[in-house]
Amino acid sequence: MRLEVDSTKCTGCSICQLICVLHHFKENNPKKAAIRIVRKFPVPGSFEIRVCNQCGHCEDVCPEEAIYNEEEVYKIDREKCTNCGICIEECPTGTLFTHKEVDIPIKCDLCGECIEYCPSGALSWSKAEKEEAIK
Amino acid sequence: MNGYGGKVIRINLSESKVEKLDLNQKLAKEYIGGRGFIAKLLYDELPSGIDPLGPENKIVMAAGPLSGVFWPSAAKVVFGTKSPLTGGYADSNMGGFLMSEMKYAGYDMVIFEGKAKNPCYIFIDDDLVEIRDASKYWGKGTLDVEKKMKEDLGEEFQIATIGPAGENLVKYANICHDFGRQAGRCGMGAVFGSKKVKAIAVRGTKGIKIHNVEELMNLSKLALRYIMNHHYFKLFKMYGTTGSTDLSLETGFFPTKNFRLDQYEKFEGLRPELMRERIWVSDKACFACPLSCANYTHSKKYDVFVDGPEYEAIAMFGGSCFLRDIEEVQYANYLCDNYGMDIISTAGTIAFAMECYERGIITKKETEGIELKFGNFDAAVKIIKKIAYKEGIGGLLSEGCRNMSEKLGKDSEKFAMHIKGLEFSAHECRGLPAMLLSYMTSDIGAQHTRSWTIMQDLKLGGDSIEGRAKLVKELQTLRPLMEMFGVCRFPWLEVKLDFENYVKAFNAVTGFNYSKDDLFEISERVWTLTRAFWAREVKDFGRKYDLPPERVYEPVPAGVTKGMHLTKEKVNQYLDEYYELRGWNSNGIPTEEKLKELGLGYVVEDLKKFGKI
Repeated sequence: MRLEVDSTKCTGCSICQLICVLHHFKENNPKKAAIRIVRKFPVPGSFEIRVCNQCGHCEDVCPEEAIYNEEEVYKIDREKCTNCGICIEECPTGTLFTHKEVDIPIKCDLCGECIEYCPSGALSWSKAEKEEAIK
Repeated sequence: MNGYGGKVIRINLSESKVEKLDLNQKLAKEYIGGRGFIAKLLYDELPSGIDPLGPENKIVMAAGPLSGVFWPSAAKVVFGTKSPLTGGYADSNMGGFLMSEMKYAGYDMVIFEGKAKNPCYIFIDDDLVEIRDASKYWGKGTLDVEKKMKEDLGEEFQIATIGPAGENLVKYANICHDFGRQAGRCGMGAVFGSKKVKAIAVRGTKGIKIHNVEELMNLSKLALRYIMNHHYFKLFKMYGTTGSTDLSLETGFFPTKNFRLDQYEKFEGLRPELMRERIWVSDKACFACPLSCANYTHSKKYDVFVDGPEYEAIAMFGGSCFLRDIEEVQYANYLCDNYGMDIISTAGTIAFAMECYERGIITKKETEGIELKFGNFDAAVKIIKKIAYKEGIGGLLSEGCRNMSEKLGKDSEKFAMHIKGLEFSAHECRGLPAMLLSYMTSDIGAQHTRSWTIMQDLKLGGDSIEGRAKLVKELQTLRPLMEMFGVCRFPWLEVKLDFENYVKAFNAVTGFNYSKDDLFEISERVWTLTRAFWAREVKDFGRKYDLPPERVYEPVPAGVTKGMHLTKEKVNQYLDEYYELRGWNSNGIPTEEKLKELGLGYVVEDLKKFGKI
């Protein structure tokens, strides 16, 4: 299961971030989102979407064995996590985030809400996933 | 309070004092937010007759309860002040990410008072609010400052800044943000400049409390789904407001050559398809906006990046100043943005100066050799720079076309295209009676955003005035609510998201449980209050301030609207009808009865004192 990102289509509207946090925290605060947008302005005038690609490296480096794989999605066990920050430091894509009100790293759990409401088609399920669904 | 940040920042720049106060709940209930807060605060707090560029003036930045909330295009921040350009009530709004960030830091409003000794900027990082030294940013362009401040403070800070035009008190200087969003009209940037405030930098992490979060999520998801399925969605997302260029040209309302329209011109070089093909880089959205109307562009010819040109820039620099190449318009757009000047007023004033030059009212000696003719791109570029720095003739142009024509005389007021001192935005309206009435009665001057009636005018034709005053009043009641909620009007306007949805979302966020009629009454209260502000501030205020320049009585000389014009009798008839609907007297002053009916009893005494009623 993969989230496919096409940053060239992103307009920076942040609806993905709002919906991410509303879905997971029931709060209106995009600052807690597991998806981020880097704005490259004034030059070259483009956006870059950053979100976890479920590579699983965090599971390997977690000293508490708090990160586990559930149907190819890496999730954090709130009970085991000590918020030591090692996974954040070691994340090869820099897509584990923090917020001072949240006591564990913020990570994409591939719920798909952002895909549903991205108005620009910048987020989608990966092709393999779609083909699988068709089968 | 649900939907609100809950705090107000009051900054006295003369005393370097920052206060944080609780938001007044009664104010929220009676005036909602944004423009409503501003109208009330300016009326109550500004002493009558003050100099807009003096320390007694205040400038207010306000959010609405929906700013920063999960709702389509809930991105708006509104600035308001006594305008240095018009001398009357003024507010101007912009999208971007400034107000969502302010709300996440916990604030609904920032009130700027007094005048700082040295250039400063306001630094807000959640609970920390400081006045900081801005000497290293002073003198720099808005795009350059925003980039530099983000490098200095962090990418996540949202920045609003003025440019050299604001510092130099150009009367239509603006406030810029997000590399291309502007609170453009009425000289907000000049008021910041007069107070020596260069910028605001804000970061917030807290989120906004919602009355019924599940309800809001459902409403917003439905609204987004509706918008994305609308047949016009993809087209508007692609072209944004530039799509109006074709409509305006085909129907004959493109403001060609200072709204003279003496030549039929196809303007093939300004068409939206060409813009996409030649200079487009990316689609850019404001906070929570599915429509992403902004086209971010790069001109190879002039090697500049800019957000735009939008319709107004294309029609004002392209049509009114007669620059017929999209890259020329794009470059003029860039200059205005970086200097921090309102494109509509800059281009409107330049077009007026071009007509004066062609008629010999302004001479080549006065322009220091610049051939200030329609279509002369090099001349336009030179003049834009002169305005920003008030060099030579630029000083005269920096006052706007009303003040210019008063100084120049020679009947130039007949084609000085302004109402109440504010330059017309880009709709030539000799065949659009309701649009003209919209301009005449807009409470900041000749601006299109309070009421835009082109489609209705085209449908009804240019002659009859039947029902148009009612239409204008209704739009002037509904549309300004968007600027009280803190949302952009485009989902409602462009893809017809029904207003009932906004009422539901407002109630889900605030829990106020207001009906549409409750909201309309509040909107009318605010409109009447801004009218009272004008009546109090401008000595001889009345009907004559609503009347258009004589140009609208000249028949259109060329093009598809050839021959169309309005008569003084008709125009006065519109006003009679309109004043009656508003409950104002025949000179356009709100009556005692109307003021009391709207809960504005305290205004009655004031207007009596000034001999207005």
